[in-house]
Amino acid sequence: MKEIQELNLPEDLKYAKSHEWAKKTGDAVKIGLNDYAQDQLGEIVFVEMPEVGDSFSQGDEFGNVESVKAVSEIYIPVSGEIIAVNEDLEDSPESVNDSCYDKGWIVEVKLSDPSEFDSLLDKESYLETLKG
Amino acid sequence: MRYLPHTKEDIEQMLAKTGEPSIAALFDCIPEKLKTNQELNLPKPMTEWELNEHMDEIASSINASKKCKYFIGAGSYDHFRPASVNYLISRSEFATAYTPYQPEVSQGTLQGIYEFQTMITELTGMDVATASHYDGGTALAEALLIALRKGKSKKVAVSSLIHPHHKEIIKAYLKPSGYELIEIPYNKNGVTDFSKIDDMGDIAGIAVQSPNFFGNIENLSHVKEICESKKVLFIASFTEALSLGLLKSPGECGADLVAGEGQSLGLPKSFGGPGLGLLAGTKKQMRNLPGRLIGKTFDTEGKKGYVLTLATREQHIRREKASSNICSNNGLNAMMCAMYLSSVGKTGIRELAQLNHDKAFFLKTQLETIGFKFPFNSEFFNEFVGIAPKAFRAKREALKTKGIYAGINLEKYYPDLKDHYLFCATETIKKQDIEKLVQEVK
Repeated sequence: MKEIQELNLPEDLKYAKSHEWAKKTGDAVKIGLNDYAQDQLGEIVFVEMPEVGDSFSQGDEFGNVESVKAVSEIYIPVSGEIIAVNEDLEDSPESVNDSCYDKGWIVEVKLSDPSEFDSLLDKESYLETLKG
Repeated sequence: MRYLPHTKEDIEQMLAKTGEPSIAALFDCIPEKLKTNQELNLPKPMTEWELNEHMDEIASSINASKKCKYFIGAGSYDHFRPASVNYLISRSEFATAYTPYQPEVSQGTLQGIYEFQTMITELTGMDVATASHYDGGTALAEALLIALRKGKSKKVAVSSLIHPHHKEIIKAYLKPSGYELIEIPYNKNGVTDFSKIDDMGDIAGIAVQSPNFFGNIENLSHVKEICESKKVLFIASFTEALSLGLLKSPGECGADLVAGEGQSLGLPKSFGGPGLGLLAGTKKQMRNLPGRLIGKTFDTEGKKGYVLTLATREQHIRREKASSNICSNNGLNAMMCAMYLSSVGKTGIRELAQLNHDKAFFLKTQLETIGFKFPFNSEFFNEFVGIAPKAFRAKREALKTKGIYAGINLEKYYPDLKDHYLFCATETIKKQDIEKLVQEVK
């Protein structure tokens, strides 16, 4: 497993304590698991996703990922309605390992409260939570 | 998996090894007040010939003789079982009720279950089938639990024409979990009436049996449209699996889950059980299915092998998240079903199903000649409801002493339906049997 300094945590993303990343474009926010989470979970074999049109509040469980080691819930970093899910993960769940910030995105939500996005952690603050 | 009893020597060796003075000493930790110190009130042991005679006496006292003629289905059907089925299932290799605990060493059992699953998916028109469940009722309850635990409502709607025993099982399953069951009424044609479905509020799924308890064939494609518009799971059920040989499959009609009883496919009626719970789903439902799924794979040398592909992890490590914690299946009966389906074959099952319908149709026309009326103007498979002339009730009782069972009285299950009887004719009923029945009742 990776040491903390080896983690790939892009500067332009926001992070949640529960190890999801979020990227905003307009009022749409793309969400996935960050490098730390995919590394800890190991080889991912299945991602259970919500349906387009489902709504969640910040911190709600919206799906889960199953790896050869464990099953973990994934929590939504911002409230909103699901506008897209990454259907490619059905056949290629390993994208969450191989390309967690690009091909391995999980869902896209329509942000209902912009202040929630602003309150998410930046790279440095997220790294602090890992060290803590 | 074989049953090998321990000999006296085995037991002595084990006790010597563990240091316990006796088997009774193993139970010392159980408080005395919980143990019985009386001899159990059991009959004396019998020789094999005495036992055979004893069982024959019981069988004749409950009229389970082969000479009896049953014009009764209602969830347990009198079908012919090819000799090949009993012969094959008697082999000791198959004598287990379970999916094996160390599955991959039992390649034969796994292959048997794999073939069974494959045949069930073909019969139901679904993508995946489980390794089987206890019976149709529990399989249906499991299907409803999937809808409830994955859906957004704590309520499910179930047709009032689902087998009354299955309804009881579902109620027993759902009640402790705080889930609510609502019944969808039936209409004058003896099929489920969906006209008021929108007044039933938010539901997580709709379950419909076809052929339903009255024997009538439901319009499953219509149920699909309703489920699609309400965005809820569509669960199709059946008690007469042989009907799948003739009818459009639930999968073709768009069912998300199919749950039914497989007794018709090679199992004896056995005084009401054990049955065989069939449960199949679309690919989307695969990871929500309870129990076990067996799959085929290839090892590193390219050799074919069978594995326990899916057992939902929730059963082992996240029990609180599980849609079900059932792990058992009815292995022996599933195997019997696979043997039956292989013996009957793809065209055979169709011919057999057609024969059932033809016999039932003939029975209906014959009953009409002696004053029976038929309340429901719907298509049926091998069962139908008839309203009997007044004198029938007494005649039906008298016929029992002659080993003829002429339908069941529906009033017990549907109090409004006085003098309504549910009749069935399978391939085991001959034309002469029907003519004799009519002669006796006239």
